[in-house]
Amino acid sequence: MTEQTTGDLLRMTDAGRVHHAGTPTEVHALRSFSLAVAPGELVAVMGPSGSGKSTVLHLAGGLDVPTSGEVVLDGVSLGGLSVRKRAALRRRAVGYVFQDLNLVPALTAVENVMLPRELDGVPTATARAEALAALDEVDIADLGDRFPEELSGGQQQRVAIARALVGPRRLVLADEPTGALDSLAGEAVMKVLRARVDAGAAGLLVTHDAQHAAWADRVVRLRDGFVVGTTGELVHGVGEAPAGVTGRVVGGHR
Amino acid sequence: MSIRHSLLSLLAEGDRHGYQLRQEFEARTGGTWPVNIGQVYTTLGRLCRDGLAEEVGKQDDGSVTYRITPAGKAEVDTWWSRPVPRAAPDRDETSIKVALALSSPGVDVLAVLETEREEILRALQAYTRAKTRIPDHPTGGELARLLVLDQQIFTAEAQARWLDHCEQRLAATTQGSAR
Repeated sequence: MTEQTTGDLLRMTDAGRVHHAGTPTEVHALRSFSLAVAPGELVAVMGPSGSGKSTVLHLAGGLDVPTSGEVVLDGVSLGGLSVRKRAALRRRAVGYVFQDLNLVPALTAVENVMLPRELDGVPTATARAEALAALDEVDIADLGDRFPEELSGGQQQRVAIARALVGPRRLVLADEPTGALDSLAGEAVMKVLRARVDAGAAGLLVTHDAQHAAWADRVVRLRDGFVVGTTGELVHGVGEAPAGVTGRVVGGHR
Repeated sequence: MSIRHSLLSLLAEGDRHGYQLRQEFEARTGGTWPVNIGQVYTTLGRLCRDGLAEEVGKQDDGSVTYRITPAGKAEVDTWWSRPVPRAAPDRDETSIKVALALSSPGVDVLAVLETEREEILRALQAYTRAKTRIPDHPTGGELARLLVLDQQIFTAEAQARWLDHCEQRLAATTQGSAR
């Protein structure tokens, strides 16, 4: 189950997540969710609170495991891995950008970006060179020596994007990355994310903001753990929405 | 939309022919609202009738030059200084459709909301793609086009937020529980 037939960096197949299974408080956080994200693709997942969009991100990043279905990260199925191996894969393959509290306050921008590479065991000089290159790719090469508190919110998010994609990392998972920013700064962050994806990264963006979701190639909409619609072209053979689901409301409504 | 005031504001900058007004209007509003030349001449005719503009000469090819009058200048000043009236908003088909869907037998309101949302997202994606084709430091007509695209994006986003809100309100109402 670990072979990779396409270049997808992330492939979720019928992934489901049930909490408290078999008890009266059983909750289906996500049901039969399928999604493939290839290099050069930015996919947005939208939905109200409780729709399952955070679950998608947690499963995609290996922070949680599905109770049914499969998640394949960079060609490796997460299902059979020990917690330790899963953590190692996560660190090697995925970068995260959150709404805030992304950066270590005591480290400069370049040191923040170096951090994952140093954890990878890369020599400091190499890590520094890679970090500077990553900062250059998000157009803030000149801000490397600043501490987070000396950077604007938008600049901090660019550092976070640089850190997510430093070295060989090619999949960035972003959770409301523009949430705390004004509209122009938010747009600038989306532009940088879009540019990094166009340059060969893959991105999965979770947001409730339609304006920012519109930067994605595809927008998947969730409600009550179900996919209720997908907007944008289907690039891959494996559909994001099971037959008969796209654009229609299915189940989950009383 | 007030073609009348738009054209009058252009005339306030100097004498123009009808085709110049059309060209300039489209260039300076990002090419978003095309006007046909007939509309321009009809409007110019009314401006002259109302004493806000006048014909000041005819060229060999028969094209007429128009000039703003003092009354026209006053009218333009008023247009800039007063807000566009919002008392009677345009009829919005999406709102009407959603409202009617609530009380129409056999119509799934949630499906209607989802269909509308999908279309809005599609439009948002198209506007966003158009925006990425504008250079980082736009000038003149590019800047106008960018601002107008921004306006369309914000309007569509507001509509999408409203649809989300409808859905949540509907869920809260049918479940009878406060959120």
